[in-house]
Amino acid sequence: MSGGDEERSRIDEVFAACRAQRRAALVGYLTALDPGREQSLARLRAAVEAGVDVLELGVPFSDPTADGPVVQGAMTRALAAGATLAGVLELAAELRAGWDGPIVLFSYANPLLRLGPAIGERLAAAGIDAVLVVDLPPEHAPELRAPVEAAGVGWVSLVAPTTPASRLPAVARSASAFVYAVALRGVTGATLEIDEELVARLDAIRAHTARPVAVGFGVREPAQAAALAPYVDGVVVGSAFIEAAEQGPAALAAKVSAIRAALTREGEAAR
Amino acid sequence: MNDATDPSLEFGPYGGRYVAETLMPAVQALGEAWREAWPDEGFRAQYRRILAEYVGRPSPLTPAPRLAERIGAARVLLKREDLNHTGSHKINNCVGQVLLARRLGKTRIIAETGAGQHGVATATVCAYFGLPCVVYMGAVDVERQALNVFRMRLLGAQVVPVHAGSATLKDAINEALRDWVANVDSTHYLIGSVMGPDPYPTMVRELHRVIGEEARAQCLRLTGELPDVVVACVGGGSNAMGIFSGFLDDPGVALVGVEAAGEGLQGKHAATMSKGALGIYHGMRSLVLQDEDGQLQEAHSISAGLDYPGVGPEHAWLRHTGRARYLSVTDDEALEGLRLLSRTEGIIPALETAHAVAALRGLAQEDPSRTLLLNVSGRGDKDMHTVMARHDASGEEEQR
Ligand SMILES: Cc1ncc(COP(=O)(O)O)c(C=O)c1O
Repeated sequence: MSGGDEERSRIDEVFAACRAQRRAALVGYLTALDPGREQSLARLRAAVEAGVDVLELGVPFSDPTADGPVVQGAMTRALAAGATLAGVLELAAELRAGWDGPIVLFSYANPLLRLGPAIGERLAAAGIDAVLVVDLPPEHAPELRAPVEAAGVGWVSLVAPTTPASRLPAVARSASAFVYAVALRGVTGATLEIDEELVARLDAIRAHTARPVAVGFGVREPAQAAALAPYVDGVVVGSAFIEAAEQGPAALAAKVSAIRAALTREGEAAR
Repeated sequence: MNDATDPSLEFGPYGGRYVAETLMPAVQALGEAWREAWPDEGFRAQYRRILAEYVGRPSPLTPAPRLAERIGAARVLLKREDLNHTGSHKINNCVGQVLLARRLGKTRIIAETGAGQHGVATATVCAYFGLPCVVYMGAVDVERQALNVFRMRLLGAQVVPVHAGSATLKDAINEALRDWVANVDSTHYLIGSVMGPDPYPTMVRELHRVIGEEARAQCLRLTGELPDVVVACVGGGSNAMGIFSGFLDDPGVALVGVEAAGEGLQGKHAATMSKGALGIYHGMRSLVLQDEDGQLQEAHSISAGLDYPGVGPEHAWLRHTGRARYLSVTDDEALEGLRLLSRTEGIIPALETAHAVAALRGLAQEDPSRTLLLNVSGRGDKDMHTVMARHDASGEEEQR
């Protein structure tokens, strides 16, 4: 994924295009198959049409320990409607047929383990560009990362507010797609306060990786997105999109547009 | 996904630290602190002193001749963890972990609980040290263990009912993990069994090792020989690992874990060792009750403390190597076991323990000449509500 002279990946293309437009990319999270297949597809289409640059597609899991009530609720609804990983991949493939942007699969390790050694091909065939496994720290990542990357699918690594400086290089190095900076101590859906410490942390992460850096957890409002945009390549919004989607695809599209509009780095030198 | 032994796993292909990056530094720091503290004589002395002065250790070893006669065994010995302060083995672990949390400068303790015994033990040790304590408990368990909820609140703990999922032990753990992620700098998560990310499985076993060490010495003193079979119930597996660890190096001693078969292995159950598959769950790689899609299945047991779809990684490894074997016992058989120990020895065990009691008859039948050592992990007061609901509430039953 990271080879300079290989064909550029969709992920690299999008981050480069956003950089040229002097804005941060909008990474939008939605739980796949919430609340059911047809409505989920309509929501995903509304989100990408309204300006989500990178789609983070969540695999429903029965025990999402890193997620707050909003994502947990979405996963519970999806599972109640019969969601399976095969169904998620099929949904991704259908979306992919009409959209050329990058799709990142967000998952807990256990559902992915069940794919066995064929995991890489299965993800690639569904048009998945990268994977983010929330409960697989770099120490354990190789068991899934190797077969995934062998199939040309990228790996997203998480850096947390608690990640010590000594650990940062190894964590940042393990990312072949992009680095996901977790903005706050907590689960998804909390509310983020942007302060100097966070900005310093984002700068420190940049210093350790040539890959794009996206920041997320707790970003709900355009003002937060605007405040973060100067420091990162991408801003991730999840729970706020799920909440908007509950009001229908139009409300979701409006929320996406509002956040997307806030990501421009006017007056800032492109980094 | 491969079965090759990963050096970062502690127990063959099982163990590990499968946690979100936010928790990784805390888990590593805890591991380092544990590995430093446990060999430290000062730390050990403090732990032993509290076990003696406050918990009431050593717990006795009680011969159970009427039970032995009833089930056709040569001899049955009972390790009486039910006589510990707070009524179960759980407090051994709580004392050790709170001492460690203090050493790490943590100012707040959180815990999950199923039967409420771990919650009560945690609340107790927090009261003893004056630490604030929050206990997460599935809403179903809050209902069926109402007495323990009241005890925890009386001890000053905040009990938070968890309504998500199956509203039992696994969901309480999910919620405790969420709290820990948000408050990791100030808070120690006091896991109540030999499960979760490293160092918990090893640490909790070591903190319960005292059960096995005492039992081994007491058995030698009393009978002049080692027991032939050591039996314990298995939820997450802490009381079993505690007593097993005293006998792991005695190849002649058979180790038997008993898990909950609930309504039967074809129906709703909590028999992870019999029916689980390899998975990554609650910070560990171990056996897990799950569907083909990797979603956790809801466990069922009449006993809240065994109602968990996972199991500690060391048990998965002991089964893998053949050092221990695992049986399962249904809700009805466990109720029968509870009555059996009550009537023959005047000891009302916890419903968790009652599963191990119920397995004794079969073990005696395999070879009537053996000495069976049973870990009585807890007392049954907390379960009277549940037992009453299943029987004639007057308590009068047919005499047998
Ligand atoms: C008395 C008693 N025994 C056993 C257990 C099961 O836990 P473990 O398997 O960790 O010993 C519990 C758990 O709540 C309990 O209260």
